[in-house]
Amino acid sequence: MLRRPFFWIIALVIAVFVAAPAIGDNVELRESLALAAVYITLASNLNLMLGYAGYINFGSIVFFGLGGYICIWLVNSYAWSLAASLVAAGIGVSVLSFIFGVGILRLRGPFFALATIGIVEGVQAFVENFTPWGGSSGIYISPQVFEPLGGSARALWVIYFAFVAVMGASLYLSYAIKTSKFGLGLLAIGQNEDAAAILGVPAPRYKAYVYSASAFLPAIAGGLYFFKGAFIQPSDAFDLTLSTEAIVICMLGGQGTVTGVALGAYLYEELRGYLLTSSTFSNFQLVIAGVLLLLIVLFFPSGLMGFVYSRFPRLKRVLE
Amino acid sequence: MLGILASIIDGVLVGLVYGLAAMGLTLIWGVMDVINLTHGAMIVAGMMALYLLANALGISPYLTLPPVLIGGFFVGVALYWVAIHRMVGRPPLMSLLSTFAVNLILIGVATAVWGTALFNVDVALPGVTIGRYTFPGPHILAAALAALIAGLLYVFLHYTRTGKAMRAVANNREAAELVGIPTTRLLAISVGVGVALAGVSGMLIGTLFPFTILSGDGYQLKGFIVTVLGGFGNPVGALLGGVALGLLEGLVTPFVPVSWTLVIEFALFVLVLIAFPGGIFASRRGAL
Repeated sequence: MLRRPFFWIIALVIAVFVAAPAIGDNVELRESLALAAVYITLASNLNLMLGYAGYINFGSIVFFGLGGYICIWLVNSYAWSLAASLVAAGIGVSVLSFIFGVGILRLRGPFFALATIGIVEGVQAFVENFTPWGGSSGIYISPQVFEPLGGSARALWVIYFAFVAVMGASLYLSYAIKTSKFGLGLLAIGQNEDAAAILGVPAPRYKAYVYSASAFLPAIAGGLYFFKGAFIQPSDAFDLTLSTEAIVICMLGGQGTVTGVALGAYLYEELRGYLLTSSTFSNFQLVIAGVLLLLIVLFFPSGLMGFVYSRFPRLKRVLE
Repeated sequence: MLGILASIIDGVLVGLVYGLAAMGLTLIWGVMDVINLTHGAMIVAGMMALYLLANALGISPYLTLPPVLIGGFFVGVALYWVAIHRMVGRPPLMSLLSTFAVNLILIGVATAVWGTALFNVDVALPGVTIGRYTFPGPHILAAALAALIAGLLYVFLHYTRTGKAMRAVANNREAAELVGIPTTRLLAISVGVGVALAGVSGMLIGTLFPFTILSGDGYQLKGFIVTVLGGFGNPVGALLGGVALGLLEGLVTPFVPVSWTLVIEFALFVLVLIAFPGGIFASRRGAL
């Protein structure tokens, strides 16, 4: 793997994310890159389902929100350290989604998509009624939890580097799965599930694995995100905006590609930054995401990378 | 005991309206294997049409039914040409994404225009009192209208040329085309009818409960649950599924806080999907 150029391209991207805001202590750039890192994490992990296995998950935000809840809850009620809480959140959400996955992944195609919509509603309704997690008013944590990280100003940098680490891990995970036998099985499922099953791909098991794998890093990102805000409540944690944007990003960059999704996330983040500052468009963020998604699905279903591959076929060997 | 019975009867009344809401969803699925994720938005469109027509023009809420039905049909035909026509026959992922995108656009624009305030339409209709319990008039009338429209849909599908052609397209699109049925036009009409049904059910729900622009998602989810109970692509089954869901809500409401109903319904939805992938009241494929 170390010999492949793509491995080093990912390393370069991570290095840029680490170095760019650190040089000159640029806080504004750091915040915008942190958001880009969250987008890349969510979209890359969604891509494992959407792009590789061809299963759309409308509810990827559940991983993010539940991860946030588990992390905040452990930090607040049991005084766990941030690192331990994040790992616990990742593992907890992965195990939960594996259990869910074994059940719902027996559903195929659109039925699975319907179940993922239901999961969001179901989990949100559950959390809103679950008193240890503060019900619908959520959980606040005191700013003192930032002390072990060296005060709030330094903590923000630590959290930022953690975001970048999670993003890097997501990109490497996407890449590693794509080049593995497991990934080949997933791509076969995405092309034709019946044919794949006949040729010996254990489709239900693979789908449950990938569903669970795609939960781990978003859960950690969710933990970091809500730890940073020191507050979590159901309407923020399960806000469908983020998982919708992740879908738009996947399609914009090119589903099933690692580079495309990262590129799509960055472009979308830039576009969003522009739209939020322009007063005409700030109310229409989701409308614009919708128009963008509709145009891509109707006219450019293979996304940016589809365009790049068709113009420069040689790049196909370098950029996964 | 009588209280539970009353709650169940009311559940069935509301369930008939849910059944109507699911009918449009299952019709479109049955004819072209497309899951219409704009369904929730169309239900809300029906509610808003009711609110605007009834309050601005001052006409009786029930007189808004014909304009909603006709308007819904044309909106549906437009939806077909914008988002579905290019997706028919492609992987289901694509039509899910395109209708999802249209849903985002519609809900986004509506939120910008009306916000997320609660709307309420007053319906003055005397209820029917049995013993200590009164069944609200709007519930009874909405259930009756839902049953009537479902009956009309059945007649349309089984006794008119267009309806029969629609069933033929659902059964086998290529064979239908070979015997001279203009399939594309029929697909457009099917989406039109499906959306019209969504609009009318939204209008009827609007006479029962207050609503916001974002209410559609919850009713869309109920529509999916009903569809799954009733069998995909089976509009008559949808009515039965609706009654089943209404019964369940009626049974559960006296014992469980309202906010848990959705969790229970969703758990049921997943269990049914796993145990009966074709739906409980499913009949043969293509039985539309």
